[in-house]
Amino acid sequence: MKFTLSWLKEHLETDATIDQVVEAMTLAGLEVEEVENPAEKLSAFSVAKVLTAEKHPDADKLRVCTVETRDGVKTIVCGAPNARADMTVAYAPMGAYIPGADFSLDKKPRKIRGVESSGMMCSGAELDLGEDADGIMDLDSALEMGTPLADALNLNDPVIDFEVTPNRPDWLGVDSIARDLAAVGLGTLKTKPIESIKGSFPCPVAIKTEVPEACPTFVGRVVKGVKNGPSPQWLQDQLKAIGLRPISALVDITNFITYDRARPLHFYDVAKLKGGITVRMGKDETFEALDDKSYTAKDGDVAITDESGILGLGGIVGGTTTGCDEGTTDILIECAYFDPLTIRRTAKRLGVNSDAKYRFERGVDTGFLLGGMDLATQMVLDICGGKPSEVVIAGDIPTPPPSIKFDTALNKRLTGLDMDDGAMRKILTDLGFNVGKDWSVEVPTWRRDATKGADLVEEIVRIHGYHNLEAVSLPPLPGRREPTATVTQNRTRLARRALAGRGLSEAITWSFVLQDHAKLFGGGADTMLLDNPISSDLNCMRPTALIHLLLAGQRNADKGYPRAAQFELGPVYGGTQPNEQALALAGMRRTETERHWAGECPVDALSAKADALAALEAMGANVANLQMSKPTGDYWHPGRCGRLQMGPKNILADFGELHPRALKALGIEGRVIAFEVWPENIPAPKKKKASKAKSALALSDFMPVHRDFAFIVADNVAAGTILKAAQGADKQLISNVSLFDVYQGKGVEDGHKSLAIDVTLSPKDATLTDKDIEAVSDKIIASVMKAGGRLRA
Amino acid sequence: MSDITAVKDKYAAQIQSADELRALDDIRVAALGKKGEIGKMMQGLGKMSIDEKKVMGPALNGLKNDIAAMVEAKKEALENAALDAALVSETMDMSLPVGAPAGTLHPVQQVMEEMAVIFSDMGFSVAEGPDIEDDFHNFTALNFPPGHPARDMHDTFFMTAEEGEEKKVLRTHTSPVQIRTMINEKPPIRIIAPGRTYRCDSDQTHTPMFHQVEGLVIDKGIHMGHLKGVLMDFVSAFFETDVDVQFRPHHFPFTEPSAEMDVRYERVGSAIKIGQGEKWMEILGCGMVHPNVLRACGVDPDEYQGFAFGMGVDRLAMLKYGMPDLRDMFAGDSRWLTHYGFNPLLQANLATGLS
Repeated sequence: MKFTLSWLKEHLETDATIDQVVEAMTLAGLEVEEVENPAEKLSAFSVAKVLTAEKHPDADKLRVCTVETRDGVKTIVCGAPNARADMTVAYAPMGAYIPGADFSLDKKPRKIRGVESSGMMCSGAELDLGEDADGIMDLDSALEMGTPLADALNLNDPVIDFEVTPNRPDWLGVDSIARDLAAVGLGTLKTKPIESIKGSFPCPVAIKTEVPEACPTFVGRVVKGVKNGPSPQWLQDQLKAIGLRPISALVDITNFITYDRARPLHFYDVAKLKGGITVRMGKDETFEALDDKSYTAKDGDVAITDESGILGLGGIVGGTTTGCDEGTTDILIECAYFDPLTIRRTAKRLGVNSDAKYRFERGVDTGFLLGGMDLATQMVLDICGGKPSEVVIAGDIPTPPPSIKFDTALNKRLTGLDMDDGAMRKILTDLGFNVGKDWSVEVPTWRRDATKGADLVEEIVRIHGYHNLEAVSLPPLPGRREPTATVTQNRTRLARRALAGRGLSEAITWSFVLQDHAKLFGGGADTMLLDNPISSDLNCMRPTALIHLLLAGQRNADKGYPRAAQFELGPVYGGTQPNEQALALAGMRRTETERHWAGECPVDALSAKADALAALEAMGANVANLQMSKPTGDYWHPGRCGRLQMGPKNILADFGELHPRALKALGIEGRVIAFEVWPENIPAPKKKKASKAKSALALSDFMPVHRDFAFIVADNVAAGTILKAAQGADKQLISNVSLFDVYQGKGVEDGHKSLAIDVTLSPKDATLTDKDIEAVSDKIIASVMKAGGRLRA
Repeated sequence: MSDITAVKDKYAAQIQSADELRALDDIRVAALGKKGEIGKMMQGLGKMSIDEKKVMGPALNGLKNDIAAMVEAKKEALENAALDAALVSETMDMSLPVGAPAGTLHPVQQVMEEMAVIFSDMGFSVAEGPDIEDDFHNFTALNFPPGHPARDMHDTFFMTAEEGEEKKVLRTHTSPVQIRTMINEKPPIRIIAPGRTYRCDSDQTHTPMFHQVEGLVIDKGIHMGHLKGVLMDFVSAFFETDVDVQFRPHHFPFTEPSAEMDVRYERVGSAIKIGQGEKWMEILGCGMVHPNVLRACGVDPDEYQGFAFGMGVDRLAMLKYGMPDLRDMFAGDSRWLTHYGFNPLLQANLATGLS
């Protein structure tokens, strides 16, 4: 909403400066977005008088003028055909910036064809003040030399643009802004009262509304014998100042009242009407609208009609067939009320916006139907002349909003402020509320947002000033403090640090991806599509965080930064239900080789395993006891991937190399390894024990003994199976099993490999005898044989 | 006695000239061994008179100890010389690069952790909720009536839906978490809800996905002064400096009265300094929870009341840590992550500081 300081002062008696107005608005909740004073860019320019104007000795089209300026008498060479002696002009001193031409004048006199010129006389176009570039501005000769140009042209009038919150449609009229500012003490409200205008003949146009819900009221009146033409200069200037284009007196009057009182109106040319006006819902009728588009009104849209059919969309946009023009002599003034939701639905469906629609969809003042009509009539009579008819009220004027029974104690309860009743009463009264002795508060018709006590508290504290609220720190909760983070929050905090410690950097990427990409990673169902995506490549909720990480990795490589290693903790979506969203910790490493003086350290599928295990271990998962299987997603390399799970259903992590086909479909070059970990699947720690003390540490006095074994197994037997078999041979004695060699080649038959392990035996009761060691060795060999291995000869 | 001095001098000379451990050991055996010269001299004691013994006994013992000490000293000297000689050839270029650099943590996560720490100190727990929400939790329960223009303030992403089914939305704020919390828990409630939020908007200062932290306090006797106090305590703790703030009235459907909070700032070159200066910058919205919202969650507004606030995490991260462009936050540029990311060993806390 835009308005000028001078417009505000039509409603508010005040000496406040623009800065004071802006501050008062801000503190009263009218959030100022921009203040622009057209005078600022004109500050260098002033009124000057041309004393003499002679032809330039060396140029036919140039004139050498002597000009009386506030800087003294200057010689200025000018090319304008209209430059003449005794002319009053707009003078730009040397060095001034010329906004319309976007250049600055020289700071020293400049020779033009041998004659020194000091400064410039400007055209309207050069000052961004109009399109007339044929000559320099020819100002009113009554203006005094030296007057700042902005003052001379009445442009020293700041324009304020502020955000109108949806609860305050009344702020779309300058009178309501003034009322709030008067309430905070910035001045006195002086909006002129509107006099009721009696008609001298019955309204010749019959008006009815058949849809009391969508259009409860249509107030109408005919004014005969008007003369439409350009509106007076003051009205044109006022509209231009806020960026509206003056069109004709009748149109300008409706625009003025729209901004002055948040009261949209519509004028019809009576000569173009066929029969009476009926307001009804649309019947798939199309009309040409005043915004040069055509619209079709359906049964949910309010149509203003006559016998010929639809004339316009009520409250949104009128039609061309009954529009007023220069030949209009008789007009019908419409001052109606339309249901906000109906207006909104129609405007949304048709994608149409207008100042009228903007106000009706937020709700206009139901108490200003007759007032609006009289104000419009008065302006028409004043500007265009004519004779008014009596007023017709079709439908019923909506009842005023219900009163609020206000408990004044609520103010202290919600705000902590101690205010006396008189102060509260004054604020509400200043805002137009009518406060009864028993605190039954009548709500003004323009404030339908106020429906309960809390709303009145907001009004009181808003006008009293939020800066007067005393800040109080929150009292501590009683009792012992429990940690405030959840198990998963604490776990992922550690896992993220573990991964970063391993050289991966944390990224955050979009929750939406391209549907085709989602399909590659087991998602992309149509139910996961966005109805209105921000762009076509972000149209689907992601099944994995890997997609954007992979794309980012490629972008980095394309820019000359290979070997990206990134991870992300974030949501992935299996469906649209809350329980179908999961938290995933996903990461990837690109595998561009990095040469190193100590030899290459290859990034391969097992690096991904190490990453996944590091994350799981940091989160407290019992990694020693996880089972290994294969991931089900076909985006993994079939031979180089693994899955870690607890039991048959609970999957903790997938890892490995990604399928080259999936990578290619994403446009990824080279191999990439990745992991996905699901932190929420890690079992919660067992119920809180009474004590956080750890179990007692039992240190054995007996030396551990190491025994090495080499087993031959078929290629397809996983090393993990053999290690587990050895470990399980004697749970009491065997404290550790480590794999120290994997060998294939000479001495090992084809299709087999040799696995060499070091078993640590940790006796607790007595030193191991040879016999003891032999017994446990036999158990190990037997257990491994069951798992498919045999002792290497 | 002169014999003893002569023997000592003889061995001293030999030990002195020994240049390797084996030669030294030969000297030791010759002097101190079982059949060595000193031993033989000891045997001579038996034939001596008591008076002679009294003199010669201690003298011979002294001779033995002196030679042993000389051998030991020489041995240590030879060993040290040998080690020094060996170490001369054992060199490494200590300028060779070692180790791999650690990765970094994302500034938005860092800032959310900082917020959790500050609010935890005031007794707030961290609550979470789904990103894909229904209309009830995202709008209706928050007192956005269906069709109300206030819904236009949120450029909402909708999910596709079967004909006749209600479209789900991507939550436009983290406020639905306060609805879920109030429905599921009994007051007193103190939560913050950090998380991803979505609006269909993209330019230099808007990304279609961003992060918010929502705060909610519901209890008896909680008023707007507390709201002001909590947020003032928060901003100064967060920016780690005294921050001057301004509360302004505003409108949100789910709070009444509603406010926005501005912080003082100034531009110093291209940097923004929070806490001082002539200008105000809006950083969050807040207010007393609307009675309709309390009622929608089954909380009696005549018994309980409280406040809620919400702020943009990404923007606060930019203001605190100087990232110039919001869009870079989610682009995964390795250089950006390295430059603006945080050391993983750092854990924000009030004892050692937030960062």
